[in-house]
Amino acid sequence: MPLRIWRKPLDADKIKIPQAEIHIIKDRCKGCGFCIEFCPREVLETSEELNVRGVHPPKVKDENKCTLCHFCAAVCPDFAIFSIEKDCGGGC
Amino acid sequence: MTPENRAALTGKHFMNGDFASAEGAIAAGCGFFAGYPITPATEIAERMARRLPEVGGVYIQMEDELGSMAAVIGASYAGVKSMTATSGPGFSLMQENIGLAAMTETPCVIVDIMRGGPSTGQPTMAGQQDVMQAKWGSHGDYEIIALAPSSVQEMFDLTIEAFNLSEIYRVPVMVLADEIVGHMSERLVIPAPEAINVVNRKRPQASPEEYFPFKPDENLVPPMACFGEGYRFYATGLTHDERGRPRTSSAEAQQKLVQRLCDKIRQNTEKIVKIKETMLEDAEVVVIAYGISSRSALSAVRKARERGIKAGLLRLVTLWPFPDNHISEVATRVRAIVVPEMNCGQLVREVERAAKETPVTFLPKLGGEPHRPMEILKAIRRVHS
Amino acid sequence: MNEELLHPLEGFLREWMMPHIWCEGCGNGIILNCFAKALSELNLDPNKVVVVSGIGCIGRISGYTNTDSYHTTHGRAIAFAIGAKLAKPELKVVVISGDGDLFAIGGNHFIHAARRNIDIPVICANNFNYGMTGGQYAPTTPLDAWTTTTPYGNIEHPFNLVHLAAASGAVYVARWTTLHVRRLTESIKKALQKEGFSFIEVISPCPELYGRYNQMRTSLDMMSWFKEASEVQHHFDPAKAEITRSKIVLGEFVDIEKPSYGRLLREKIAQIQGKMRGGE
Repeated sequence: MPLRIWRKPLDADKIKIPQAEIHIIKDRCKGCGFCIEFCPREVLETSEELNVRGVHPPKVKDENKCTLCHFCAAVCPDFAIFSIEKDCGGGC
Repeated sequence: MTPENRAALTGKHFMNGDFASAEGAIAAGCGFFAGYPITPATEIAERMARRLPEVGGVYIQMEDELGSMAAVIGASYAGVKSMTATSGPGFSLMQENIGLAAMTETPCVIVDIMRGGPSTGQPTMAGQQDVMQAKWGSHGDYEIIALAPSSVQEMFDLTIEAFNLSEIYRVPVMVLADEIVGHMSERLVIPAPEAINVVNRKRPQASPEEYFPFKPDENLVPPMACFGEGYRFYATGLTHDERGRPRTSSAEAQQKLVQRLCDKIRQNTEKIVKIKETMLEDAEVVVIAYGISSRSALSAVRKARERGIKAGLLRLVTLWPFPDNHISEVATRVRAIVVPEMNCGQLVREVERAAKETPVTFLPKLGGEPHRPMEILKAIRRVHS
Repeated sequence: MNEELLHPLEGFLREWMMPHIWCEGCGNGIILNCFAKALSELNLDPNKVVVVSGIGCIGRISGYTNTDSYHTTHGRAIAFAIGAKLAKPELKVVVISGDGDLFAIGGNHFIHAARRNIDIPVICANNFNYGMTGGQYAPTTPLDAWTTTTPYGNIEHPFNLVHLAAASGAVYVARWTTLHVRRLTESIKKALQKEGFSFIEVISPCPELYGRYNQMRTSLDMMSWFKEASEVQHHFDPAKAEITRSKIVLGEFVDIEKPSYGRLLREKIAQIQGKMRGGE
C-alpha cells in the first residue's frame, strides 16, 4: 500500500536534511562503472570527458538526490569517489 | 632457579652436540624456534621445546620445513632472535625461504646436522654433503655465512657466534655439523652470562618518516626496524629499492641490490672468517679439514710429525665465505694439500681454486663413517714423498 | 567540485606506492577499500597492525596499506604470520592473500593454522583463477570453466573454502562478495577483534582473465552474477555451500569460541615459570 502522508510531521522544521557533496578524483577512475551502476538513487552517470587514463569518469547527474549512503565510496576499487555532508551553516 | 637465570646454564656439563647447540641458542638470546623433527637434528627441537618456555620463548613445531623457515623469518621481523634445525632433506625444503631471508636481509640461524644423502639417504649416519647446498641452495645470487663445529663445545660456541653474525650482517647463518658432532657427548663448559658476548641487530637512527628499510650503512648493512615500532615499513621478496618499493623492471635496482647482498659478506670476509691452525708454521704438507674429519686429521698430523713429516692442520671453522686469501697464502708456503671430506668433492673444489698451483689431494669417505687417522696419514705420506 | 579534498581513507594507504596496479573493475581494490574502512572504524593502534600477503595480484595489497607490511614467498603468508604473531603477541597480524596462494601451495599452512587456532584473521580474495600469471586454473576454479591451462574445460572439482576452513577448526568463517561491501567491512572488523583463527572468503571479480574467459566480459558482468546468485543465510551448513552459477550462499557460517593457540601458550608458559619460581 503506498505511503500516504496526511499531514506535515510536527518536527519538520527542526530536521535538517543533509545535503551531499560528491567528490570525484577523476584521474584515479578506471571506468569500471560500479558507482554508477550500484548507486541506489541513480545520482551518477558516465561523463563525456576523458581522464588521464583515457576513460570516462562518472559525473553527478543530480546531487540533490544523493542520500549520503556512501555506497559509491565503499564499492570503488580505486578510491576515486567519496561523498561528504555539505557544510551548510545556515542555508543550502 | 628462576626464568631470569635459566638462559645460560653456567657450569660444566657432559652433553651431546645437539643439546649444546640448543643451549648456545638460548644463551645467545634466541626466543623463537620453529622446526620439524628430523634425524639427526630432532634432539635440538626437543631441547628447545623443553627450554624455551623456561625463558619465556616460543617453540612451535610447524607442519613442514617450508613453514618452519617462513615462521622463523616472521619472528625475526617481529624482533625476536629465531632459529630452526634440520638435516639434509629438510634443508632442501628450507632453501626457498632461505632465499627470502637473504633477500629481505633477515637475521636467522639454521642448524643443519648433516647426514648421508641424497634424498632420504642414511638418516643415522654422518656426511658432509650439504656444504655446497648451504652456499648455493636457493635460486639467485646471494651470500650466506656457514660455520662448521667440530666438537660439542663448538656446537655451543659457534651457535652463539652464528646468532651474532646473523644480527651484524642481517643474513641467514648456517651451522653445518655432521651427525657425529651432533650426536656425540663431550665435556661442555658454559660460562657465566656476563662472559658470553651477545650482539644485537643495529636499530634505526632515522625517524619513521625518514627510515628506508634497505638503505645500508657504511658496512653495507641496513639498520633494522621491527614490526610494531611505528616504522610501518614494507618488505618484499621482489627486487626492491632502498625504500622497499618493488622495482621489478629496473635493471639498475636489481644490480644495486644483488651486488650489495653479495658484497656485504664478500667485503667483510676477513672480519667474518675463523680458522684454527695447528703446526702450520713450518709445515710442508697441510691438511685442510672441517667438522669431524678435522679431528681425525689432527690425529693424523700428530702421527706424521712423530714420523718426521712436517705436517700441519688448517681447520676451517668458517666454511662460507670461503677464506680465499688465507688458503692462497698458505698454499704458497707448502708443497701439498690434503683435503679429507665425507662427500664426493665439495669444499675441496674451493681449496683447489684458492690453492692455484699447489697440488691438492682429495680424500673422499662415503658411507657415513668418518675418516680414520691412518687413512689421512697414508695420504700425507703419499704426497710428502 | 573541490578536488583538493583528500579521500577519507587516504591515511590508511601507503601514499608512495599508490596508485595500485590492479585492473579496471578488479575486486582487489574493493577489498583494500573495505579493509581500510574496517581499520578506520576500529580502535586498533595502527602501529601494531601487520599486513602479510603472499604472491598473486591480491598479494600486492601489503604494499598499499599504511602499516608494517611483509610480502612473502608463494603460499607462506600464514606461516610467516604465525612466526610474527607468536614472537610478538601484541601485534595484530592479518593475512590477506589469494585462493591459489592460500589453498594450493599454501594449503598445508592454512589447515594447520586453523587447527591450531592461531590468532590471525585470514582474508582470501577468491577470483577463481591464478590472475597474476595470466589466468590459469586454481583449486577454486569451477568445473568446466575455461582457463589458459584448462583450454578444454576444467575437469577438477573445486574446493568449498568455507567448508574447508570450518572443518579445519576456524572459529569464524564468513563468505561475502565484493558487492556486499558493508557486510564485508563488518566481517573484517569482527575477524580483527575475535580471538582465534578467522577466515573470510571474498568472492572477487577478475574481469580481465577469469571473467573474460568465461562469458563475463566486463567487471559489471561478474558483479551482476554475484548480485543474481548470492543469498545471505547466516549459520548455513558450510558443507552444503558450494558455489554454483546459480547459487552463492553468503553470510557467517561459523562463529564459535575456542581457546586460541596464543592463550594456551601463555597459560602454559606461566604454569612452567610458576613451578620454577615455586622452588622445584
